[in-house]
Amino acid sequence: MDTGPEIIRPKMQVRNLYKVFGSSPETALKMLEQGAGKDEILDKTKQSVGLADVSFDVYDGEILVIMGLSGSGKSTLIRCLNRLIEPSRGKIIIDDCDITQLNNIDLRNLRREKFGMIFQHFALFPHRSVQENAEFGLEIQGVPKEKRVAKAREALKQVGLEGWEDSFPGQLSGGMQQRVGLARGLAVDPDILLMDEAFSALDPLIRRDMQHELVELQDRFKKTIIFITHDLDEALEIGDRIILMKDGRIVQIGSPEEILTQPANEYVSRFVENVDMTKVLTASSVMVRAKTVAYPKDGLRTMLHKMRDVGISSIFVVNRDKTLRGLITAQSCKDALESGDKTVADLLLCDIPTTTPDEPVTNLIGRMADANLPLPVVSAAGKLLGVVVRGSLLAGIAEGGLELETTLEHPNEGMAQ
Amino acid sequence: MNFSKFPLAEYIDTLLDFLTDHLAWITKGISEIMSTGMDAATDALLAMPSWLFILLVAAAAYKAVGKRMALGTILGLCLLDNLQLWEPTIETLVLVLIATFVAVAIGIPLGILAAIYDGAHRVIMPLLDLMQTMPAFVYLIPAIPFFGLGPVAAIFSTVIFAMPPAIRLTSLGIRQVPADLVEAADAYGCDRRQKLLKLQLPLALPTIMAGVNQTIMLALSMVVIAAMIGAGGLGGEVWKAIQRLQPGKGFEAGIGIVILAMILDRFTSKVGRNKSADQ
Ligand SMILES: Nc1ncnc2c1ncn2[C@@H]1O[C@H](COP(=O)(O)OP(=O)(O)OP(=O)(O)O)[C@@H](O)[C@H]1O
Ligand SMILES: [Mg+2]
Repeated sequence: MDTGPEIIRPKMQVRNLYKVFGSSPETALKMLEQGAGKDEILDKTKQSVGLADVSFDVYDGEILVIMGLSGSGKSTLIRCLNRLIEPSRGKIIIDDCDITQLNNIDLRNLRREKFGMIFQHFALFPHRSVQENAEFGLEIQGVPKEKRVAKAREALKQVGLEGWEDSFPGQLSGGMQQRVGLARGLAVDPDILLMDEAFSALDPLIRRDMQHELVELQDRFKKTIIFITHDLDEALEIGDRIILMKDGRIVQIGSPEEILTQPANEYVSRFVENVDMTKVLTASSVMVRAKTVAYPKDGLRTMLHKMRDVGISSIFVVNRDKTLRGLITAQSCKDALESGDKTVADLLLCDIPTTTPDEPVTNLIGRMADANLPLPVVSAAGKLLGVVVRGSLLAGIAEGGLELETTLEHPNEGMAQ
Repeated sequence: MNFSKFPLAEYIDTLLDFLTDHLAWITKGISEIMSTGMDAATDALLAMPSWLFILLVAAAAYKAVGKRMALGTILGLCLLDNLQLWEPTIETLVLVLIATFVAVAIGIPLGILAAIYDGAHRVIMPLLDLMQTMPAFVYLIPAIPFFGLGPVAAIFSTVIFAMPPAIRLTSLGIRQVPADLVEAADAYGCDRRQKLLKLQLPLALPTIMAGVNQTIMLALSMVVIAAMIGAGGLGGEVWKAIQRLQPGKGFEAGIGIVILAMILDRFTSKVGRNKSADQ
């Protein structure tokens, strides 16, 4: 199931990346290849394993979340991506260029052009004003004063810090400081934003705001964002895909839903067991196949027959290519046949509520509570993917919860027809 | 147990002889130029009436530090004038300022080197330990063959004696810049120079200024000691008093040194703190 973003060519490809901290990584690398664990290697060689055989793609315009317990190598990984930490082995390809091969000057230029980075403890420059902090990246790039002032101002505005330009970081609250950090990253208009636990120093309310802001910014500017967090709820809130790490290795990569409903192993399920399922299940995971559908060419009689056949009281009308046209109820069919003066087009209810496949179930519960018609799930292109009925919704929630105990048995039914 | 004495002294003498033979023409030249310059500076300051000089310093003190400092400066300097120590005071001041200037001009770049390159750090730090524990008098001896008796030799030994804190605290200040800030600078693509100018030096400034302050204090104490090789100034007055067994005169000159020390200290320590308070 591909719930990733639509553009398929990866922005960034990481291939077989290793990092061993220590003076002689070679033996450790060999042992890693033979599958030795981190503790064993530390015991035998005194080398500390940061990353072991990490491979993944980052798609253009996605928010990729990296999770894992403390010491699992998240920070090491994100710092390898812009070579703040030098990888011991492996490739990192960004837009067809293997950046592990770059010399110092090219590397500096790459960092200036492609990356923005936002840090857990903000890492703002205390001797520079908010404005000057936001300008920093542009200043380093040698952008003329006027232009960088304007750009930094705009970035500060985006994060809601208008009017604070002349303050110093020390005079701001934590949340505001983090916004300055975000503005510093956004001002350089980078392709890729690297965020290492960028929100963990914030209190929950501000954190929530920042998450929303980030998703919104990402929506508007289509940045590629790589985001580390300890907090599963945060990962589920903002992540398009999640990478779970353990002892320097990737344990699972997948959409939030896949991680939750099909955990690859014990480690992953332990990670996810406390999640409120209703928050993360989406319409696509609780929808069912429409039992039958009608086509515009079908006469009223055919439609009524189809409904009787499977025992439903209304039917969705779709084109041959499954584009949803509307809904017709059995009652209106019967009435029309008796009076005999109406066509399908007259009876068709076009303006019916629909939902998208990635709508969280939480939102559906409210909408379904007082509806007795099924809710069609419609793709961005307008095609009918399936329907959510009250029964399937409740069953989905219950099952999703149970699925965490056992693995791989998720009734992952395909789309409608 | 009759190992013959290891001829360390002889080796050092040989080395110094070699250096004087081959370098003396340079050092003597430097000596000429510097003493001319110093004399000119001293003469210029002495040409100014003492009250004008006192007022200027007091005004600077008022601006840089405050009212009390200005008042103290006026009282202290007037006392020195009254004790007829004006000329040696100015001589000492010029010596101290020149020696400090040279020590800082060499010390800060060395400190930056030691901060950036671990190799330089490993070489420089033990040397500093050596320089600081060596008794100050020892520096006087080789200064003479290189520069001849007089104020330039005094400045030379003073620079060596007073430089370590400038190096040490510059290096310390830069190394103390939080690693996450350095990382942030790297992440945005700073080169070495940008990192130094935009981040490390501004953040290290208070520490560097503390180093400069210590350098000035050490320079003052060394300039006094250097009276033994003809540095003149207030130290010269003390030295004369010792030779003539005149404790009263010795104390007068000693008080002069204390006053000068206090003024210089307040000036520099305040400047360092002002800058750091901006943050
Ligand atoms: N400079 C270093 N020298 C030696 N070992 C290191 C170094 N940096 C990281 N490590 C090791 O690499 C492993 C991964 O560290 P990393 O900082 O990437 O973990 P993390 O997943 O970011 O943890 P946290 O959630 O606590 O931030 C750890 O076991 C750590 O001990
Ligand atoms: Mg970390």
